[in-house]
Amino acid sequence: MENERITLAHGAGGKLSQELIEQVILPAFGNPLLNELHDGATVNMGGRVAFTTDSYVVKPLFFAGGNIGKLAVCGTVNDLAMTGAVPRYLSMGLILEEGFPFAELRQIVHTMKLAADEAGVYIVTGDTKVVGKGAADGIFINTAGIGDVIPGTHISPKRVEAGMDVILSGYIGDHAATIMAGRHGLELPASIQSDCAPLAGLTQAMLRAAPGIAVLRDPTRGGIAATLNEIAEQSHTGILLDEESIPVHPEVRGVCDILGFDPLYLANEGKLLAFTAPQDTAAVLAAMHAHRYGQDACVIGRVTAEARGQVGLQTSIGGIRVVDMPLGNLVPRIC
Amino acid sequence: MDKKEERALAQRIVAEIVRLMADRAQPVRFMEVCGTHTVSIFRAGLRQILPESVELVSGPGCPVCVTPDDYMDKAIAYAKREDCIIATFGDMLKVPGTSSSLGEAQAEGADIRIVYSPLDSLKIAVENPDKKVVFLAVGFETTAPTAAAAVLAAQAQGLENFYVLSAHKLVSPALRMLLADPQVRVDGFILPGHVSVVTGTDVFAFLPREFHMPGVVTGFEPLQILRSIYRLARQVAEDKPRIENEYGSVVRREGNPAARSVLDRVYETVDACWRGIGRIPASGLQVKQAYRRFDIEAVLPLELPAQEKKTACRCGEVLRGIINPRECPLFGKACVPTHAVGPCMVSVEGVCAAWYKYGGGRFIYGK
Repeated sequence: MENERITLAHGAGGKLSQELIEQVILPAFGNPLLNELHDGATVNMGGRVAFTTDSYVVKPLFFAGGNIGKLAVCGTVNDLAMTGAVPRYLSMGLILEEGFPFAELRQIVHTMKLAADEAGVYIVTGDTKVVGKGAADGIFINTAGIGDVIPGTHISPKRVEAGMDVILSGYIGDHAATIMAGRHGLELPASIQSDCAPLAGLTQAMLRAAPGIAVLRDPTRGGIAATLNEIAEQSHTGILLDEESIPVHPEVRGVCDILGFDPLYLANEGKLLAFTAPQDTAAVLAAMHAHRYGQDACVIGRVTAEARGQVGLQTSIGGIRVVDMPLGNLVPRIC
Repeated sequence: MDKKEERALAQRIVAEIVRLMADRAQPVRFMEVCGTHTVSIFRAGLRQILPESVELVSGPGCPVCVTPDDYMDKAIAYAKREDCIIATFGDMLKVPGTSSSLGEAQAEGADIRIVYSPLDSLKIAVENPDKKVVFLAVGFETTAPTAAAAVLAAQAQGLENFYVLSAHKLVSPALRMLLADPQVRVDGFILPGHVSVVTGTDVFAFLPREFHMPGVVTGFEPLQILRSIYRLARQVAEDKPRIENEYGSVVRREGNPAARSVLDRVYETVDACWRGIGRIPASGLQVKQAYRRFDIEAVLPLELPAQEKKTACRCGEVLRGIINPRECPLFGKACVPTHAVGPCMVSVEGVCAAWYKYGGGRFIYGK
């Protein structure tokens, strides 16, 4: 099967579809709920349930630090985690392009399995479709997930108030810089790779330290600029950042300088922002520093009563500027 | 130097600028003529720490912004041909021509590839031998040598399907044109670092000599720009205009002769049309006779009808620092980055786009 490629018949529901499930999907994800191979899975949940979905289309499919499969698991796990939930179960929908190599599919599925194990979630139901050549770009993945909301927590931008601290879990822009460097043929040292990671363990540790955390968000597309603008708008408060305290690797800054981008707008796949009351900040930071995905966590700004709905940045040199909502795709500039 | 020292140093420089400009009746106006400077000034919030006695205005420093409609029309016409592939820097896609853009042509099926360097388009030419690959050669003295190097490389490799559509522009003739314009009021130029790496500083010697105009070449770090403003203020205060080099680590008086010799082998100067400004003598580059077979306009001439576009866009005055973007009736209303009317709103380094993005001239948090 190693040199084999996906054909339209693999999506036709017959013998080849069955083989695909038995030889690729079940060996990776097999668990009692999935092994039923029923039309859907039935699960027991506790009280409030968090529910989310996301679709993944990325080019290149494989990059330093991950691949589309890892993104598909971590992205949905993280969306659940940011609601204050413990992620439990995922669904997985694969859309495969005719001709897609089995070897790559196995690799992607294997990575998904590792990420799911780390996050403590089970993939309990799924679907596979095959589309003709040219109708998809190799592979698209949709995942949906459900999780138990941790009792006593209440994550909502409406709870953000002036005086709260804005915490960032680590270096920004690594994921986008890795992807863009790949697309534009720029060399990055091996130390810079996608930060793609499941953050549910980190959020649980933070919420144990301070159940009153007002907001948790993972700044993916549009970077921390987009996420903070959304929160400023939804909470009707101002956010003032301190440029010096925002961690950016010099290599990422270098890629940005060359292509004309701003690290604040670069996507992350393994970082989070938290809004905490000042009396909780030290405990939350301590919990983060003890976790592998929060070692570089720091306070990057605070919530203000002025400039409601706006994000401002105190620059290193002592100036101040607005950080606006990003508009669309980033395109490299001419020098 | 750590960030705290940097901030303290910035405060000291600003205090010096305040002192130098203290007894002036009206603010001095310093113009930057490089899009990267424009963005760097906004990003660092430099205007906010400068005294009211210093005004910063932006000149025609963004190559996308000064590329005229009819160039875009030609690019679109080539893009629509079945036998052509267009290779271009990404920010050209949204630049409006008379009635369309490359982005729209791409949506209609034209083969347009985004490249980061002109040399990338050679690879596209090798991979598509049955197509004519046209590189949109736009930019100042900074990018022109690499486009010229691509032409020389194409010749060395015997590539017969690589072409340029040249709209390269030169900075110093534009400054001369600005200074001859009675509407333009400038007291000194923050001169472009990257361009000067190639041209050297001597090319700007006419500023103090002929126009009694100060100029300081500088880099892109906020402190470098701040120092250049201090140096300009000092020249104004002493009334001793000259060309100073604040970017001495990179820029030499004679520039980069190797880059210029590549440029001179392939290109010759020609009068050129700047969007919003008009024709400027000897301010553009065209492919020399010996390399005409790489010039798409010579190989595949186009007959485009002369079209006129009427809009209320005041990019021309913005580009010359006569008005600020807010004084244009379209700014922030009909003309926003997602639906740009004028090119100054298209490029991330365009003056209007920077004003829009960073909250205008003197952004004050909470006001």
